Amino acid sequence: MAYVVDRRLNSKNKSLVNRQRFLKRYHNQIRKAVSDAVSRRNMTDMEQGENINIPKRDISEPIFHHGSGGNREIVHPGNKEFIQGDKIPRPQGGSGGSGSGDASDSGEGEDNFAFQISQQEFLEYLFEDLALPNMIKRQLVGSDSFDTRRAGVSEVGNPNQLNIVRSLKSAYARRMALGGKARRERRELKAELETLPESEAARRLVVEEEINRLNVRLNAIPFLDDFDLKYNLQVKIPKPSPKAVMFCVMDVSGSMTQDIKDTAKRFFFLLYLFLKKNYEKIDVIFIRHHTQAQEVDEETFFYSRETGGTVVSSALKLMAEVIEARYSPDEWNIYAAQASDGDNWQEDNMRCHKILTEDILPTVQYLTYIEIGDRQPQGLWHLYEHLQGDYADRFAIQRVRNNAEIYPVFRELFQKTIDKG
Amino acid sequence: MTGKLISTSSDWTFETIQAYDREIGRIARDKFKLDTYPNQIEIIRSDQMMDAYASVGMPVFYNHWSYGKHFVSVEQNYSRGRMGLAYEIVINSNPCIAYLMEENSLTMQALVIAHACYGHNSFFKGNYLFRSWTDADAIIDYLLFAKNYIAQCEERHGVQAVEQLLDSCHALMNYGVDRYKRPKPISAAEEVQRQKEREVYVQQHINDLWRTIPNRKQNGQALKEEVNFPADPQENILYFMEKNAPMLENWQREIIRIVRKVAQYFYPQRQTQVMNEGWATFWHYTLLNEMYDEGLVNEGFMMEFLTSHTNVVAQPDFDSRYYSGINPYALGFAMMKDIRRICENPTAEDKVWFPDIVGSNWIDTLNYVMRNYRDESFILQFMSPKIMRDFHFFALQDDDRANAIEVKAIHNDEGYRALRETLSQQYNLSYREPDIQVESVNLRGDRSLTLSHYMNERRPLGNDTYEMLRHIHHIWGYDVHLNSVEPDGRRARSYRLGAS
Repeated sequence: MAYVVDRRLNSKNKSLVNRQRFLKRYHNQIRKAVSDAVSRRNMTDMEQGENINIPKRDISEPIFHHGSGGNREIVHPGNKEFIQGDKIPRPQGGSGGSGSGDASDSGEGEDNFAFQISQQEFLEYLFEDLALPNMIKRQLVGSDSFDTRRAGVSEVGNPNQLNIVRSLKSAYARRMALGGKARRERRELKAELETLPESEAARRLVVEEEINRLNVRLNAIPFLDDFDLKYNLQVKIPKPSPKAVMFCVMDVSGSMTQDIKDTAKRFFFLLYLFLKKNYEKIDVIFIRHHTQAQEVDEETFFYSRETGGTVVSSALKLMAEVIEARYSPDEWNIYAAQASDGDNWQEDNMRCHKILTEDILPTVQYLTYIEIGDRQPQGLWHLYEHLQGDYADRFAIQRVRNNAEIYPVFRELFQKTIDKG
Repeated sequence: MTGKLISTSSDWTFETIQAYDREIGRIARDKFKLDTYPNQIEIIRSDQMMDAYASVGMPVFYNHWSYGKHFVSVEQNYSRGRMGLAYEIVINSNPCIAYLMEENSLTMQALVIAHACYGHNSFFKGNYLFRSWTDADAIIDYLLFAKNYIAQCEERHGVQAVEQLLDSCHALMNYGVDRYKRPKPISAAEEVQRQKEREVYVQQHINDLWRTIPNRKQNGQALKEEVNFPADPQENILYFMEKNAPMLENWQREIIRIVRKVAQYFYPQRQTQVMNEGWATFWHYTLLNEMYDEGLVNEGFMMEFLTSHTNVVAQPDFDSRYYSGINPYALGFAMMKDIRRICENPTAEDKVWFPDIVGSNWIDTLNYVMRNYRDESFILQFMSPKIMRDFHFFALQDDDRANAIEVKAIHNDEGYRALRETLSQQYNLSYREPDIQVESVNLRGDRSLTLSHYMNERRPLGNDTYEMLRHIHHIWGYDVHLNSVEPDGRRARSYRLGAS
């Protein structure tokens, strides 16, 4: 007779440890696959998991086995036309071993070991070893963030917080306390009644009456009283909530082609994902500019086209205004990313310098600037290069030529710096 | 027979599983004399089945990255619909644990119960290899001990150190079994107890072996020893390492031992694939047909069962795109059924080929076969010309000295015996795997280890060989030499891996 056990409720993920060890061991290969994926992917599916391919030879576990050569015999099923003594030319392609042609072109090649990593793992690998500089300098108490924690048991509360076990325990104790004596008396009287002979009718009557009286008393003790109810006590603990705001600033003047904008978008998106991983709450402000700056929604930011000249300071000025009006540096961690092809009016550069040094750089956590394109560094680059010397801790600039370079450049910008000491 | 259906629905419940098990068990025991361990049937989800796959089917197993690799590949293939999971996994333990997937229909559950809980189970209990090489009572406890011990080592010595050692041990796993002498049964309690004693003893032995200060009294003797250690070539390389490697710490020797024990436990399974699967398939087929004859199941049940059974025993031809070698289920099932046929309805041909079993009681004969053979001898003894004809077997000879591959034998009168011998050889592990043994150790010099590869049919070693030497070197700690030796003693090729 078999014993049938239902194991379906047993814990899942028994292989989790082994899987993690496997991922750890092939860390470099996976990271490379992730990095390749970034330059290949569209923005919209940047956040998904990823198929990882690792060459089979890197991953095989060696055993002693026979190589090709020597003399071997093998039996196959399904003979149709061969007779003893037939000669079959060796299949081309080196290993004349088993004679089974196994060139497979179905799906992924047989040479790769393929598997999937989840979205979260993908992001882990994507931002591994990267750190936000100056992160959470100011941890503030946001007004709307609380953690609820259990804090023992209370006499008052909502029905949905009723602690059944404690309530029933308490009711049980109360019933014992209130009825104990009466019950004992009743027990004794019942025992007496058992032993009393029929002749002592008077005594029996008295005893029975007494028992009835006790019954009434005992039955009057309620099973559950208001007094017994116990509630789980939840307290709200205010939680420091790191909040961040990210400014995306982009030039949309005539010189910015859709390709350049697409590159910029990738950069912004990476930064957004990265911030999202580090902060719970992120506001994103899109500012685009040509000769004038405008705060716009995401769609307009990336897809509408404008023409005209370029005045970078207009965008910086608007950003400073927005910070002033809505994002007090005391409360918010401010990050800004600017993308441009580097064009600017010569005389505007001085204004940019002023706004940056006076209004923006003192308030932000980190400001990154990428210049996209193949050309020689433009005016803005020289200005920023100069500034970067003074604000090395919070200002970084990089040049990017195409999509494929975005991820490496991004890594460079946010490379974890090792603290000395 | 009474003719009362057990169920008509295709959804299983615990009651119907119990009912099927009761009936199948009754028929197996009373009618066909199958002797089994008690059964423990466990219902699991598909993701738990994947977990079970990943740890070689065992309910508890130590952690290693390679099982993670296995797991992700199963997960990938399964979620893409490229492979189905097995309907069951069965563990050679007492009680015999069988996993059933909850997705299975009731018919499939009945098939699996017949296949695993009575087929495989009786094979585990009866076959001589399992009887003498594995200890069904102790395996789960031992694996638990191993898991805890290795976890402890990881805490003390670091995950990486343990992982590297396990990598090396796993590479040599096939060379960690005793092929001829019976190992002591393993038991977790004893293992813990003896661990301490062993540490002391082994260290003592190793100190003696590697003593560098000459022992004056035995000077003459020591010199003689130097000539030949080990005295005879050792085929159990892991065992030799565990006992003699100079630089290992005790925990490392224990881990080698654990891998060795696990390899030993799986050794019979590797030698009885065709028989084991054939036996289980034969019995699910026979048991469920018997149930139909008794009127316990209806035609719908039989249709579903036969569809699935037919898929299991399908054998694609060599030129089919689905061909991936001989299907052990197909071959095993066909041979088991054929033996029954020879017993019950022999032809003139059978009387010539199998005079011993013609006309005998088929239940007793099959039982005898199951108990006393493994794949190699089973095929050599019992493969009938009919099977070879049905499968259209043919043997190829691929000699690198000839220009072309030659068809050596086909299923005709001249070919039967040669065909059968060749196929039997194919299931001989010591023919399939290169024969590599520990030849000698340079005790007084550079402590180098020399292995010999005894060549068979001039077949050389494959391209993993240097990788393998690295693993051996990792355990041994000193230079490693490997010589491929022809039967006449000539060295065909030498491999060497040293510190330099």
